[in-house]
Amino acid sequence: MTKTRQTDVAIIGGGPAGLAAAIAARKAGAKHVTILERSHELGGILQQCIHNGFGLHRFQEELTGPEYAYRFIPEVQKDPGIELYLNTMVLDLSSQQEITAIHPDFGLVKLQARATVLAMGCRERTRGALSIPGTRPAGVFTAGTAQRFVNIDGYMPGKKVVILGSGDIGLIMARRFTLEGAKVEAVVEIMPYPAGLARNIAQCLEDFDIPLYLSSTVTTIHGKDRVEGVTISQVDDKWQPIPGTGRYISCDTLLLSVGLIPENELSQAANIPLDAKTGGAIVDENRETLIPGIFACGNVLHVHDLVDYVSEEAEIAGEAATRYALSKADADAKANERDKGRKAQQVVIKPGENVRYVLPQRLTPGAEADLFLRVTQPMEAITLYLDGVMLARKRQVRPSEMLKIRLRPNHWENLRQNRGDLDGKEISLTAALQPTQPTRLEPETVRGARP
Amino acid sequence: MGTKTHYDVIIIGGGVVGTAILRALSRLQLKIALLEKQVEIGWGTTKANSGIVHAGFHSTPGTWKAKLCVRGNAMFEQLSDELDVPFWQNGLMMVARTKEEEETLRHYYQQGLENKVTGMEMLDAEATHRLEPNLAPEISLALRAPSGGVVAPFELAMAQAENATANGAQVQTGLRVEDISHTGDEFVITTDDGNTWTSTYLVNSAGLFADEIAKICGLEIEPIIPRKGEEYLFDQSVSDLITHTIFPVPTPKSKGILVIPTAEGNLMIGPTALELPYKDDVTTTAEGLDEIFSFTQKLVPRLNRRDIIASFAGVRAGSPTGDFIFDSSHSGKAIHLRGIESPGLTAAPAIAEHVLKMLAKAGLPQKEKPDFNPRRPKVIRFKELSDAEKEQVIRENPLYAHVVCRCETITEGEIVDAIQRGARTVDGVKFRTRAGMGRCQGGFCTPHIVRILARELGVTPLEITKRGNDSQLLVAEAKEFLKGGKLHD
Amino acid sequence: MTIDGKTKGNNRKMTCITCPTGCQLEVRGGADGELEITGFQCRRGEEYARNEVLNPKRVLTTTVKVRNGVLPLLPVRTAKAIPKGLLERSMDTLADLEIQAPVRTGDVILANLLDTGIDVIASRDMEKVSNVG
Repeated sequence: MTKTRQTDVAIIGGGPAGLAAAIAARKAGAKHVTILERSHELGGILQQCIHNGFGLHRFQEELTGPEYAYRFIPEVQKDPGIELYLNTMVLDLSSQQEITAIHPDFGLVKLQARATVLAMGCRERTRGALSIPGTRPAGVFTAGTAQRFVNIDGYMPGKKVVILGSGDIGLIMARRFTLEGAKVEAVVEIMPYPAGLARNIAQCLEDFDIPLYLSSTVTTIHGKDRVEGVTISQVDDKWQPIPGTGRYISCDTLLLSVGLIPENELSQAANIPLDAKTGGAIVDENRETLIPGIFACGNVLHVHDLVDYVSEEAEIAGEAATRYALSKADADAKANERDKGRKAQQVVIKPGENVRYVLPQRLTPGAEADLFLRVTQPMEAITLYLDGVMLARKRQVRPSEMLKIRLRPNHWENLRQNRGDLDGKEISLTAALQPTQPTRLEPETVRGARP
Repeated sequence: MGTKTHYDVIIIGGGVVGTAILRALSRLQLKIALLEKQVEIGWGTTKANSGIVHAGFHSTPGTWKAKLCVRGNAMFEQLSDELDVPFWQNGLMMVARTKEEEETLRHYYQQGLENKVTGMEMLDAEATHRLEPNLAPEISLALRAPSGGVVAPFELAMAQAENATANGAQVQTGLRVEDISHTGDEFVITTDDGNTWTSTYLVNSAGLFADEIAKICGLEIEPIIPRKGEEYLFDQSVSDLITHTIFPVPTPKSKGILVIPTAEGNLMIGPTALELPYKDDVTTTAEGLDEIFSFTQKLVPRLNRRDIIASFAGVRAGSPTGDFIFDSSHSGKAIHLRGIESPGLTAAPAIAEHVLKMLAKAGLPQKEKPDFNPRRPKVIRFKELSDAEKEQVIRENPLYAHVVCRCETITEGEIVDAIQRGARTVDGVKFRTRAGMGRCQGGFCTPHIVRILARELGVTPLEITKRGNDSQLLVAEAKEFLKGGKLHD
Repeated sequence: MTIDGKTKGNNRKMTCITCPTGCQLEVRGGADGELEITGFQCRRGEEYARNEVLNPKRVLTTTVKVRNGVLPLLPVRTAKAIPKGLLERSMDTLADLEIQAPVRTGDVILANLLDTGIDVIASRDMEKVSNVG
């Protein structure tokens, strides 16, 4: 039978999160790091994201997806302390961190990790999840599947396209299809505001005169063998189609860009508790899940809009996983005791008014950490409070943009003043509207260049 | 063209019933063939079947339905074992929540006793909820039939066809019967490719289209009543909610809307029962979903729309009499099966036995093949193997280490095997292997399946279809639109 | 450089695309030909707005066909932004191109695209397919 190999830090997934976690783990002193990647190459989904816009925060440059990945890949490849398993599919992860994987040459691979970083990424929400009525012809694809066909495999899945959902991948694909000579008839969004970034609305739709229909959805798919058209209808404020507003659009393809879902099958196999709001694990400031020694980062933890933040989060996880692995090496029994005490002490952060989710969901009192959050709806100006303590003000916030707030020592002091001992307490993060604030700062005016 | 094969029996229609008959006939020393108009076996009513192996308490005593359902049910354990088809005897429960419904339930219990359904029991509210804690609290009485189960209907049809083929039968897909004549002592069947087929006996198992085939044979009959049913499939994460297949108390038209734990392990809800003038309307509708959802939520309140991962619809061949109809023509040499509606899947092996008896009466020789092999070779389902077995199959064929469908853990080895067993399309692969049936519904694996199909079939990806005809997935090679002048210019 | 007549005296609103913040910019073309730009949070936004009125530019990212590569397509980009009006013609030009693997990230795939002085460069490595017996 297969011999079980040992590793300090096992990283499941070799996309942007896994790559950054591996490098951070080595820098933190891990002697042996193992990356398990299902594809034949590293880089994950970035390899098919050939558009630019990645890395502005981290590298102050606008890189394409593959370029961003190549900022990490060579470092991982040439590091003898990182063992790379490509073409390797992890089938199981136990809560004791025994990993079962398969590889074409090695067969069944068993790995016992001291610490594990989950970096499996996410998947796309599908039509079925939405139950769009109509036929089930060929020509309905998720935007990411279409992206792979067009950018990697070299085939066009359609000539006349309607895109349901204004998520970023859908917007990017609207431009991509148009540039490749197809016609994008419409982008249809059920919400009254777009789901993707404002810049993508501008450079992917407005640049090519592609209409965006807000508060609308696809109510029927037509076509027997291949999509022949869709009916789109306006929706009311409860997102129900308004009778009589149906309009037929002839097309041969329907792309779905209706959201991403963290891919947590392995987390569930290891009995890691998940947050229903994020779809990912519940973690603390180290990105440690509720199972000590198992960490999570990137889109498997919560769906990010910027890869820069994925790398940052993965570094936190990789470094913390290494610390855990190295301490665990000393004394197992003691470490287990420590783990329990540590977890019990943590503060639980719940999303409050106008906040959809906040991550991390748990914090060690006093931790200086960044809080990531999404709001429930677009708002002109908000003030964020953690259990009554003001953290920050933000303007023009939208659910599509993840907000980042630094939690500083003075915040903790204020929290302690209000609540006393914080150990194990539950506190909530709220976003209060600022009705009385001026909605716009005084505009900065700059004189244009003289002709 | 050389000399044409003359067949002893030709079966028209490759659904679960036609293939059951084909397999039953393949035991005998006969030349037999099956003609199916769809590009793959089991793509008519079978594909959208709920997969329930009924116990038999639903049918009126004395009917064909009652007799053949109870008999068919008893045959399923052996059948599924021989053909290596997933079959799970999860038991059925019909539930009542009012005094009136309780009365009806008792009537079905009596009916079940008369039909000789074994092992039935009546459960009070407490016993019911002990077995199914997620049933609605108002449910006050349940009729439980442990002999009921679920099977993968498409897989069953396919396995029957494969086993029959291994025993010498011929299966032709993608051919529609256009004309049938009877000259001298043989049937001459013309298919839409212009070819003719001849046989001594004919079995019309064309399901929804059995009335049209019967008419071509000169029978004056009432038309089939197409009855559409929509079904909705849930993510496996909620599979633990329910174990038994849950039936409400029936309506005159159908067995009602059910909660079905499928043989593959997903919960499914449906079907609706809408009589329509069309045989090919497989659209799902917002109304259908609403109806199914509001109905089944009364049975299992914890069901959540958010967990739905797929929807589909099928059309059943509604019987004009309410029972299965076995007509014959041409001195019994042609047999026409009509109105094989629910419990047709359960009854299928028993229907095959019955059709064989009818053919024997009309003179079909009944000599057994000495070398008949009832077993279909075991299909490797990678996910279900032990670690040691996994290790071994990968050593023998490294393609089993490449997981193509992540949601269902389906490997390239299994997909290649499915293609070698006859899959020609993405849906063909999907229904044989479950690749693409999971929660991502083909998001990740479709490009890979297209590539593997193209490679194995020796065609370009542009020729690969979702399910035959004009259902191509890809329309052009990259850059082709730009070279040929832009569409929007 | 002059401001086109369409913009002169008109207000134009736009979303800045230089970073994910997506500032809502407003440009007023003064009667004297000067531009008044508001709404930006950094200098890049201001510059973007001016360029957008005077000479809008975009970085083009696309693919070209590869012979003997491990993949059939190589992702490429323009090294700098090119005039927006040239996007379509650039796509047509690149559609006719077929290059030979191997390629390294940053290799020039096509020099001086449509006389813009801007090169098209590879945005990933592309290994040559190893010859199978």
